[in-house]
Amino acid sequence: MIVDYLIDIIPFAADWPGLVFVSVVIFCAVPVFLFIAVYALVAIYGELKVSSFMQDKIGPMGQGVGLHAGKWGLLQPIADALKLILKEDIIPTTADRKLFILAPFIVFIGAFISMAALPFSQTIIVADMNIGIFYILAVSSLGVIGIILAGWSSNNKWSLYGAMRSAAQIVSYEIPAGLSIIGVVMITGTLSMQGIIEHQSGFVWGILPNWIIFQNPFTFLSFFLFFISGVAECNRTPFDIPEAESELVAGAFTEYSGMRYAFFFLSEYANMFVVSGVAAAAFLGGWRSPIPGVLDTPGWGIMWFIGKSMFLIFMMMWFRWTWPRLRVDQLMSVCWKGFIPIAFFNIFGIGIWKLLIG
Amino acid sequence: MADAAFWLMALLTVASAVVVVHHDKLLYSAIALLFTFFGVAGLYIFLWADFLAAVQVVIYVGGILVLVIFGIMLTNKITTVNISHTSMQRGAGGLLVAFVLGSLGLMITKTPWLVQHAAEPDQTVATIGRLLMMDYLLPFEVASLLLLGALIGAATLSRREE
Repeated sequence: MIVDYLIDIIPFAADWPGLVFVSVVIFCAVPVFLFIAVYALVAIYGELKVSSFMQDKIGPMGQGVGLHAGKWGLLQPIADALKLILKEDIIPTTADRKLFILAPFIVFIGAFISMAALPFSQTIIVADMNIGIFYILAVSSLGVIGIILAGWSSNNKWSLYGAMRSAAQIVSYEIPAGLSIIGVVMITGTLSMQGIIEHQSGFVWGILPNWIIFQNPFTFLSFFLFFISGVAECNRTPFDIPEAESELVAGAFTEYSGMRYAFFFLSEYANMFVVSGVAAAAFLGGWRSPIPGVLDTPGWGIMWFIGKSMFLIFMMMWFRWTWPRLRVDQLMSVCWKGFIPIAFFNIFGIGIWKLLIG
Repeated sequence: MADAAFWLMALLTVASAVVVVHHDKLLYSAIALLFTFFGVAGLYIFLWADFLAAVQVVIYVGGILVLVIFGIMLTNKITTVNISHTSMQRGAGGLLVAFVLGSLGLMITKTPWLVQHAAEPDQTVATIGRLLMMDYLLPFEVASLLLLGALIGAATLSRREE
């Protein structure tokens, strides 16, 4: 959308394609990057506070005089970011230097380019592709390669174990996530993100908003399948076996320090937003208001979309601080023996429901 | 611009493919393959085949490349990063390659290709679905039967003997 708009308003766009390219970088790529950075700071502060409150602590407060972390510890994430920037960049001597440097970039690119298809409001979406939701599923597989590279190039057994676990986990959980999305696509008949949200207008069952999650019992189940698989794809607790600090130090990221580590961290948070954003758009009406017709303008759309996504991110944090992590074999059997059969059953159920009830 | 982007994609595809073949370390070849796959996906987009491009990334990057890297890691110790593969009979092989390349190039330049200016299709996925489910239903089902057979075979082979 923004890309199309830029092509429309730039004079002589056809003669000066380089100008279009530069303006797309300035008006799409840079804002998305800034959004990820600001959102990550907010999410890190949220994570600190949520974790503290769940453990009956108060978290960062910034008490005392002189240099401290601001009121209620609001400056804590900025202090953390500064610390990561100032830290020494260490590359182990036995590491595979080129791949070690390449890995964080690949992981971050995978998370970054997914954001191009996220619909923030009716008009604010970098590109409303025909295949939007499928594009997000496709490019998110780039992260796996980056994590495997990080684990291998560190030349450290914990890193390699972590990378192997992570890859096995992400590849497995992509299947139920994709299958749940197929149910949504069957109902809406389109893969475009805006098309899916357009479909969710009005009411269903008389009182509920016509979001896909409420449309029938199978889609209700699909939402939970997708969201839990998404949590697993982000390697968040209770699925954080790849990082399992009590077993593997820090998994694939053990040898990373400073900004390189920060990029993995940023990618994890960006991936959380992508998963939550897709769940919000595909199941929870995206930028639509919970009460159809009330506060449904484009300006509020941004608020609804980010609000829904942030609520799901809060759910992820809630999971992290209330549930212990699964064992490796439990993780795999949950996916292959639980989620995938249920996901297939769901597709079947949604098809029958669509045929009989509509 | 479109031309420049096309040549960039083509260059990326070919250059990374050369690295895949010539690099001494197997893992570097696998990583170069990543760029080849993305280059090919980019070429699909130039042909208005956006769905096919995404499928290319899902299957080749998310599936096959991960499988290849797993294969490399499971067959070697962590300490032996160097896996060199030497080529033999470079002369005869080179001649054969030159011959194939020459005849392919001749074929490409001599064939009267059907050139048409295709407009951007509004629906790629719907068209593909309609074709698969109506015109090409039998090949589609045969292919899925083959994949089912492969799945059952893999499960049977990997199952531990009781």
